[in-house]
Amino acid sequence: MDNKQAYKKYVDRRAARSPVLRNCVAAFWVGGSICVLGQLLLTLYRRLGLLLDEASTLVSVSLIFLAAALTALGIFDRIARYAGAGTLVPITGFANSVVSPAIDTKSEGLVLGVGAKIFTIAGPVLLYGILCGAVYGVIYYIVTLFM
Amino acid sequence: MSLFFDCLFAFLVGGALCVIAQLLIDLTRLTPARILVTYVSVGVLLGAVGLYEPLYEFAGCGVSVPLIGFGGTIARGVRAAVHESGLLGALTGGLQAAAGGTAAAIVFGYLAALLSKSRPKRL
Repeated sequence: MDNKQAYKKYVDRRAARSPVLRNCVAAFWVGGSICVLGQLLLTLYRRLGLLLDEASTLVSVSLIFLAAALTALGIFDRIARYAGAGTLVPITGFANSVVSPAIDTKSEGLVLGVGAKIFTIAGPVLLYGILCGAVYGVIYYIVTLFM
Repeated sequence: MSLFFDCLFAFLVGGALCVIAQLLIDLTRLTPARILVTYVSVGVLLGAVGLYEPLYEFAGCGVSVPLIGFGGTIARGVRAAVHESGLLGALTGGLQAAAGGTAAAIVFGYLAALLSKSRPKRL
């Protein structure tokens, strides 16, 4: 029993250490680069005369389109396997979490397959985002009553 | 030259936010879905306490491109909607602000599903 636990500890230590650093470096430079791409697009759209709000929405839409296209071509998964959180945390990860189940569940039908599974991960994100927003809205409304 | 610094700060802050998530995945075994939910909620929280806007001023797309920006946008939309239409704004503001990104993901996702075959996952 002791041996087993000692062995498990040993395996955990060997398995976890060096990949953590490697994963973090990959996540840092890939994630950072996606943000730089966003910044360059934002600057471009602003130069084309869009308002800041419109331009930043269009940046999101552009990155989502890019992530969707790369997911459909099977390239996104390969990048994501290397970059981990580097592609997950930017809006590209949200897009991938919508596109990937949509493609995978096509064989289950367009309504209960694609239609339902498209929100497998995006659903919780939207739910908690909107829920937190609504709670904040109520608190903010009460605060404005007294200010 | 300011474009250079905009990009530099976006790179550093955006990269750092990804590293935090990577550490959460590797060290606590949080699933990616939980990370995304956490980041959106943190974004709303940052917006609510007034930290999101200064962060955005500093890092631009470094905070707005990560999912924290989705939350920050929701918080800003809610605040604007409450100003405009009172308590009802608490319900309408969030989805209004998130509409572009959400609809884009749904539309492009559906198109991608129609146009491509599912392929076996390679591990």
